[in-house]
Amino acid sequence: MADLLRLGLHDLHVALGGRMVPFAGYEMPVQYPAGVMKEHLHTRTAAGLFDVSHMGQVLLIPKQGIEALALGFEALMPVDVLGLKEGRQRYGLFTNAEGGILDDLMFANRGDHLFVVVNAACKVADVAHMTAHLSEVAEVRAVTDRALLALQGPLAELALERLVPEVAGLRFMDQGTFQWEGAELWISRSGYTGEDGFEISLPENSAHGFAEMLLAMEEVAPIGLGARDSLRLEAGLCLYGHDIDTTTSPVEADLAWAIQKTRRREGARAGGFPGAARILLELEFGPARRRVGLRPEGRAPMREGTELFHGDSVVGRVTSGGFGPSLEAPIAMAYVPVDLAPPGTALEGEVRGKRLPVTTSELPFRASTYKR
Amino acid sequence: MKYTKEHEWLRVEGDLVVVGITEHAATALGDVVFVELPEPETVVASGDEVVVIESVKAASDILAPVDGEIVAVNSKLTDNPGLVNEDPLGAAWFFKMKIDDLAVLDDLMDEDEYNEMIG
Repeated sequence: MADLLRLGLHDLHVALGGRMVPFAGYEMPVQYPAGVMKEHLHTRTAAGLFDVSHMGQVLLIPKQGIEALALGFEALMPVDVLGLKEGRQRYGLFTNAEGGILDDLMFANRGDHLFVVVNAACKVADVAHMTAHLSEVAEVRAVTDRALLALQGPLAELALERLVPEVAGLRFMDQGTFQWEGAELWISRSGYTGEDGFEISLPENSAHGFAEMLLAMEEVAPIGLGARDSLRLEAGLCLYGHDIDTTTSPVEADLAWAIQKTRRREGARAGGFPGAARILLELEFGPARRRVGLRPEGRAPMREGTELFHGDSVVGRVTSGGFGPSLEAPIAMAYVPVDLAPPGTALEGEVRGKRLPVTTSELPFRASTYKR
Repeated sequence: MKYTKEHEWLRVEGDLVVVGITEHAATALGDVVFVELPEPETVVASGDEVVVIESVKAASDILAPVDGEIVAVNSKLTDNPGLVNEDPLGAAWFFKMKIDDLAVLDDLMDEDEYNEMIG
C-alpha cells in the first residue's frame, strides 16, 4: 500500500492479525480475526481497544492568555469555549460562512492551553484553518509524536484502572494528565461508541507497551474500524464526510445540543461564528430538513446513497447505513424534510431497484451508557 | 468439488449441482447479515446475478456459475445469514441447479487449481 502512512502501532496490528485497509491516508486495521460482529459485541459487553492515532491531535498554546484564545476559538465555532472549565472536554464544530460543517472535533481545557482532536481526513485543513485564524492569540502546534487509543465498553474502567488507578475518578467528558511508567498520558472519559470509556493520548514510544498491557487483560480485545463504524452508527453519532459535511448545518444535523445558550440569540456571546446568520435562524425557526434514524423493515441493509421515497418523490438519501449487531437489524441515518422526520414516519428506500419499507426512528438507536 | 474464479464451489448431487461460496470468500466478506435468494424455477445464464449477499461492510453478488435452471434454494440462509460464515462448504449452500450437460463442469477449477489461484 504505497503512499499510505503507517500508524506507530502498525506492527502490533499486523501481529494481531488485523486486516489493513486504506483509510484517510493511513493503513488501518478494519478488523481482526474475530470479525466485525464479535468485535462490536465485545465492545458492548466488555472492553474494546481502538487505535485512533490517525486522528489529528493539536495543541493551542495561548499567546495572550487563555481567555483571548478561547474567544478566538469561539470565532470559528458556534460553541461555548470560554465557559469550559479546566479539566473538561467538549464537542465542537468548525463551521463555514454558509453555515455548513468543516469538521467536528473534541477540545479540552488543560488549564494553560487547549487540546484539540480532529478527524484524520480533515486534519491538514483544520491545522491550516486554526493557524490562519488563531495565530495572533495562539501557537497552533500539531502533535505528531503521540498515539491516540480509545478503550471503550462497560469494563473499560476496570481494565484501565489497573494501569492508571486515578481514572476511576473521571466522569464523562472529564480530561486530565496521568503518569504510566514515566510517560505522560492525557486521558479523557469519552469516546465514539456510545459506551462508557476513555481516550488516551500518549507518547508514541510508550504506546506499544501500554496497548500490550491492556490487550493482555481478559476483558480487552482489539477492535477495528469496521466495528467502530457500526458502534457509532448504533449510538447515532455522525461520521464526518458522510452524515455531516460542508453542505449540512449543525441544526439540520440534529447537533443543536452542541450550541450552548451563550452563543445563541440573546446569549452573552451570541453569534460571531462563521455561518451565524443561517444557524441562528435555524435554531429559532427550525431547519427545512433534519437528520433522522431509519429502521428498514426487513433484513436488507440500506447503505449510504440509498434513495428515500415518500410516495413518488425522492425525499432524501441515506448518509450512513448498515447492520447494527446489538440490535440484530439494519439501521441507517438520513436527512429528510422536517414534516417527515417524526419517529415512525413510513418511507421507502430503493435497494437494487426495489422500494422497501423503512421507518424513521429516534436517535440514538441504542441508549448510550456514559458515566455522567 | 469444482470451483469458479468468483469463489463459488459446485458439488454434483445426483443430476443436480449444488452451489455455495468458498471458505476463502466467506472470510473475505466478513460477517454475513443478509442473503436474498432467487425464486426456484428460475432459468439463468452463466454470469447472471442470482444471489445478493450483504456482510457488515458491503453488498456483493453471487453469479450463476453455469447455464441452467435453479430448482431449489436454501431458505435457511434468509433467517440465518450467519450460517454462511459458520459452515460455508456445508449447511450454507445457496441453490441447486439443473443443468443440461454436467460436462460443462470440466472447464471449472479443481481444488488444487483453486487453492493455487487464492495463493
